[in-house]
Amino acid sequence: MSEREIKKSVRGLSPIDAYTLLPRTNCKECGEANCMAFAAKLVNREVSIEDCPPILEKKHEKEYKKLKEMLAPAIKEIIIGTGDRAVKIGGKLVMYRHEFTYHNPVSLAFDVTDEMPARPRFSGEEALLDRVRKVENFLYEYIGRELKLDMIAVRSTSNDPATFRSAVGTVAEATEMPLILCSLNPNVMEAGLVAASGRRPLIYAATKENWKEMADLALMYDCPLTVFAPNDLDLLRSLSKTLIEYGVEDLVLDPGTFPDEGLSDTVNNFTMVRRNSCKGGDELFGFPLIGTPITAWFSGKDSKEMLAWKEAYVGATLMSRYADVLILHSVDGWSQLPLVIWRFNIYTDPRKPVSVDPELYKFGKPDEMSPLMLTTNYALTYFTVESDLKKFGGNYYLIVVDTEGISVESAVAGRYLTAQSIAEAVKNSGIAEKIKHKHLIIPGMAARLSGETEDELKNAGLPGWHVMVGPRDSSGIAKFLDEKWPPKEE
Amino acid sequence: MKTLGEEKEKKAATQLADLLKALGLVGKGEIELEDVDLEIGELILQPSAVAPAVPKAVKPSAALAPPKVKPTAVLEAPFKPFVQEYPGRIREVTFGATKSEGGSRGKTITVGGATSPAFYLFERAPPHPPAIAVDIFDMEVRLPKAIRMHVEEVWEDTAAWAKMAVDKWGADLISVHLLSTDPLIKDAQPAEAAKTVEDVLQAVDVPLIIGGCGDPKKDAEVFTKVAEVAEGERVLLSSLTLDMGEAGVLDDLAKAASKHGQLVLAFTALDLNRAKELNRKLYDHVPEDNILMDLTTAALGYGLEYSFTIHERARIAALMGDSEVQHPVLAGTTNAWAAREAWMKLGPEWEPRALRGPIWEAITALSLLLAGVDVFMMMHPDAIRTMKRLTEQFMNRGNAKPEEIASWIDAKI
Repeated sequence: MSEREIKKSVRGLSPIDAYTLLPRTNCKECGEANCMAFAAKLVNREVSIEDCPPILEKKHEKEYKKLKEMLAPAIKEIIIGTGDRAVKIGGKLVMYRHEFTYHNPVSLAFDVTDEMPARPRFSGEEALLDRVRKVENFLYEYIGRELKLDMIAVRSTSNDPATFRSAVGTVAEATEMPLILCSLNPNVMEAGLVAASGRRPLIYAATKENWKEMADLALMYDCPLTVFAPNDLDLLRSLSKTLIEYGVEDLVLDPGTFPDEGLSDTVNNFTMVRRNSCKGGDELFGFPLIGTPITAWFSGKDSKEMLAWKEAYVGATLMSRYADVLILHSVDGWSQLPLVIWRFNIYTDPRKPVSVDPELYKFGKPDEMSPLMLTTNYALTYFTVESDLKKFGGNYYLIVVDTEGISVESAVAGRYLTAQSIAEAVKNSGIAEKIKHKHLIIPGMAARLSGETEDELKNAGLPGWHVMVGPRDSSGIAKFLDEKWPPKEE
Repeated sequence: MKTLGEEKEKKAATQLADLLKALGLVGKGEIELEDVDLEIGELILQPSAVAPAVPKAVKPSAALAPPKVKPTAVLEAPFKPFVQEYPGRIREVTFGATKSEGGSRGKTITVGGATSPAFYLFERAPPHPPAIAVDIFDMEVRLPKAIRMHVEEVWEDTAAWAKMAVDKWGADLISVHLLSTDPLIKDAQPAEAAKTVEDVLQAVDVPLIIGGCGDPKKDAEVFTKVAEVAEGERVLLSSLTLDMGEAGVLDDLAKAASKHGQLVLAFTALDLNRAKELNRKLYDHVPEDNILMDLTTAALGYGLEYSFTIHERARIAALMGDSEVQHPVLAGTTNAWAAREAWMKLGPEWEPRALRGPIWEAITALSLLLAGVDVFMMMHPDAIRTMKRLTEQFMNRGNAKPEEIASWIDAKI
């Protein structure tokens, strides 16, 4: 019920609050040492209540319900799709990332229309299955992680039930990705729902005009339902109330995405909706938000590149401003890459440190003739180098110098990475006892420190060392080593 | 359900009045109960209505319990924004000075003054739009091809480069980086660097930002000289650091900046406590409204989330009353190009880089725009154009036209 307002905020929740509701038997069935340890992880959202088997028993029903309510997010978590590819959206606990952490990364959906041919009829024609495959195959490897796209939004441009049913059926057969079905015509929507039966698509959308028919469909087919009320938050809230009273539990809110002069209203609307639910306890707005940067494509006669550019920045804007799902059109790599990376970034845990421990790292099984490299302890620098080294395979030593968590280029400029600090790090690492060569590869960005570093190494009691200047970017390490390693003896 | 008799009704009304009183909800006799037409089944108090922490502007929530009867018409549930008052305000800082103000600029640029989080127009609009500074260098530097192609004709002539950035790209400010002063590069002397600054002051009439080389001692020498020759111009010295404090040159530099009427940029690396510490050191010598902060800008994909979050935290802390962070903030968004995704060949499916690079810079910048940054140092003309457009758009609302997007669902692309 509506106890969110008086509920402790996420950060105010202490392990004790959860502990008092747990069975307190220290049975260890959850894998933790005791109930207190489990409670600490529970309020930190590192485990879920269901990881405690005893609390699911009948006799703890009351406590289970209380715990569930205590830990319920301000924004309801909603599932679209089924199986491994199903996406969870919403589930947000906080408005600002620094207040805790953001959950459930923004889902990215890409449109196809029901009037596209399944396969190209002439060379160069954009076909439905090609687009689905392009979305499916999108993959970017970023610091050792695979970044992908999530959903297909099927739009009915025909406004014809049979046409829509056929297109949705084709898409449903071609991909396991979750679907969004887009039409304001309930007859068309029902045809699509029949074709996607058992797939739990998101219905887009209920409006002031069609809400009752769409609500009936959402209930009949057990699907989440989008509420579309462009730039009208009174209507959005009223429709939310109406649909809840009607019995629809899983809503997704769309206050409208205006790509041009209305972008400011868009950002303000999204912010107001999210703020009222997170800070004001407004349950009618406690649902995920959907943004439609695809509207950029209808906003003028600009070139394809200009429209994709606009769509990308509108998408990035809404990603930072509370969207939980985005419907996009461009599947071009250049315009999607910043979005998938920004999404990955803001959904990381802000409590994670910016730096890694400065010490000697080993990759593979380095021996006495393995290359010795060096970088700074900025987390992103380290992870970038790490993922490149792992990708190349092979055996290396890597000295990570303490630059107070600053990247190579800035650390050199700001004197956080100096010839002295490098020499000191090399000496303290004890690497001289582990290897037989005396070659240190420094980042290309630190090239100007090379001469001075050789002198400092000598001063530090490591005479005869040579500094080799590596590539400016760690992606070039493999090529560099091919050409320069092992070093020619001088 | 039958309506109660008059007596029962009165009794119920009294009970309700008592209940409301007990809950502290009856205030100044606004609640009249004489004419209440009660049905017993309706007497359900929603917990939200009795919650002590109900925010003033938000209506109590509707019941989520399963209804007995499904609604047949839209149930009205009007929306009121949750607005907040903040005790704090960001200081206003003015770049540049006109002739009558003791300088030679054609115009000045004022930033800051915000009393709400960035662009919360439903709360309060900011008094000034953010400003865009264009980065130029006093010597040839390594630039990604996507930028190089736009500056190749001018990059040997710092003054011409500045003029192009103002005339062609609409720069609000010019940020001159005196890289040649780096002892490890050319070790150009302060007088030489000051000459470059004078040339740029001659070439353009917008206010300037003066960037150093990062060496604390050398920067202090160069900035002191620049502060002197640019007397009264309110240029921003970029930047003053805690390292200068350790090197023992901070106090004198701060005094010189202040004496000659210049602004200072207090740079710290993603650490609000250190930002506050540096500001406290500067307060001894520099007027508070001559200070901007640089909290560090990392590139998209290379730590932008740390920058984004520290800016959001700083802005909220400032609004909540922490006076040591109530300064406008500057972001070096040209740093976006440090991300390999901005410039590297990644394969044909990620081309063209001529678009991938500038969109990288644009999205790095706009993310920080939403987090509250007031001044952006930028490089690519397309990214600059997008940011100028966004800063303009975000200053006003009420321009959304629902009919423009109403048909996106069934329109053909």
